[in-house]
Amino acid sequence: MDTFFVDIYSVSIFILQFFKEAFSGPFEFKEIVNQCYKVGSKSLALVSLTGLVTGIVFTTQSRPSLSVFGASSWLPSLVAIAVIRALAPLVTALIVAGKVGSNIGAELGSMKVTEQIDAMEVSGTNPFKFLVATRIIATTFMMPVLILYTGFVGMMGSFLNVYMNESTSFPAFIKSAFSSIVFLDIYASLFKALSFGFTIGVAGCYQGYNAQNGTQGVGRAANLAVVISMYLIFIEEITIVQIINSIR
Amino acid sequence: MNKVEAKFDTNQVVISIKDLKKSFGTLDVLTGINIDIFKGENLAVLGRSGTGKSVLIKIIVGLLKPDSGVVKVLGQEVDKLDKKALQALRLKIGFSFQSSALYDSMTVRKNLEFPLTRNRRNLTKKEIDDAVEAVLDDVGLPQTIDQMPSELSGGQRKRIGIARTLILKPEIMLYDEPTSGLDPITCIEINNLIVEVQERYNTSSIIITHDLTCAKETSNRVAVMLDGKFFITGSFDEVFRSNNTDIKAFHDYNFINENEIIRE
Repeated sequence: MDTFFVDIYSVSIFILQFFKEAFSGPFEFKEIVNQCYKVGSKSLALVSLTGLVTGIVFTTQSRPSLSVFGASSWLPSLVAIAVIRALAPLVTALIVAGKVGSNIGAELGSMKVTEQIDAMEVSGTNPFKFLVATRIIATTFMMPVLILYTGFVGMMGSFLNVYMNESTSFPAFIKSAFSSIVFLDIYASLFKALSFGFTIGVAGCYQGYNAQNGTQGVGRAANLAVVISMYLIFIEEITIVQIINSIR
Repeated sequence: MNKVEAKFDTNQVVISIKDLKKSFGTLDVLTGINIDIFKGENLAVLGRSGTGKSVLIKIIVGLLKPDSGVVKVLGQEVDKLDKKALQALRLKIGFSFQSSALYDSMTVRKNLEFPLTRNRRNLTKKEIDDAVEAVLDDVGLPQTIDQMPSELSGGQRKRIGIARTLILKPEIMLYDEPTSGLDPITCIEINNLIVEVQERYNTSSIIITHDLTCAKETSNRVAVMLDGKFFITGSFDEVFRSNNTDIKAFHDYNFINENEIIRE
């Protein structure tokens, strides 16, 4: 139990240091852009495939239930609510946690145990600002982009399915899909995205930056980065949904 | 045998260490280090594994904080410096890591450019390119410029690690086990490089090593650590005239076996 509170304290200090370094100059714009590109490019293929399959499968599985009540025309609306409110943020976050979070944990962990971080420090570079702050900013601000993209691809998957089965036109599909979506849904998804991205960045960087015990420590850092991110993402998802529903 | 011919100035102290102590938990690693290192001097620090040799140079460069004692580098007390002043001081100190610590994701060129572009932001592209090529020539590896660290041999990695520190033209060099894990021929090349760096860049150096050949060939003075403090300091020959069993064991392991092999 003692170590739990020590960890909470250490993570809190780590987050405070992030805010201190992120909002004080000199700013690492070039490295932030580089990290944003990496976050996006590493996740894009898997996010595209998952978004498309989610849209198609969710539409296929929902159709029989709605048909029983003669409500097949509600299909685009149902899919839009599910994808935009829940599936796109959650699925994207889990994929990014697995692909990017583990990569950050392993990369920083490897740099730590091979003294590359010390080398950076003694050559006059602030490694926390250059390695940690840039990665957390990148995951935080790329997550909304990826979630919007996943939502778009998911809806396109759903449209393909609906078009092939019901011959619904694209304008009719979009009109039906967005008839039940309000701005609060979009804001909630974006808020979730920022929260999930920050969590993935902090978990990956914290585990990697504090890795110990050689290659075993690198593996442990990568593993813990993913596991802790996923637990926290589920907790945040439930919490944010409760808050949004109480506002709605 | 000793290749170090550079004269050093005993009136000018570049590193001064007084009663330095450092513990990790209940383990007392440094128990009272006292030594002055002079301008232009190469000091080899010998000692068994785990005696705190690497801890000593990490304290000198500010990577670790001492529990007590005073470490002054170029007249500045390292422990008392703020972040900005410490960063400025570090630019005058080159640190060659045991593992070389090259940035895996960057080519040799990028590794060498990194300290320059971070700390000398007014340099032109041509000035940076010239500096990179010059320092690669100095370590004898101009052909590796576009290679990744994973494509280099252990000796090449050590040389590039040294080149990366030299690019900022440091006044002090700290070498952590420069010849560990290398074959004898490469060890000789690294020893020669350390001496060349001292002559060409007029550096003062601390060389942490187990390798007596390295200590003998690269240093003006040798200090032997026992139980967390310097047991004896002096020229190589003075130190190894000692009858202390640990010091004799060090010497005999490195040189008696070598002589026996030659006789056979």
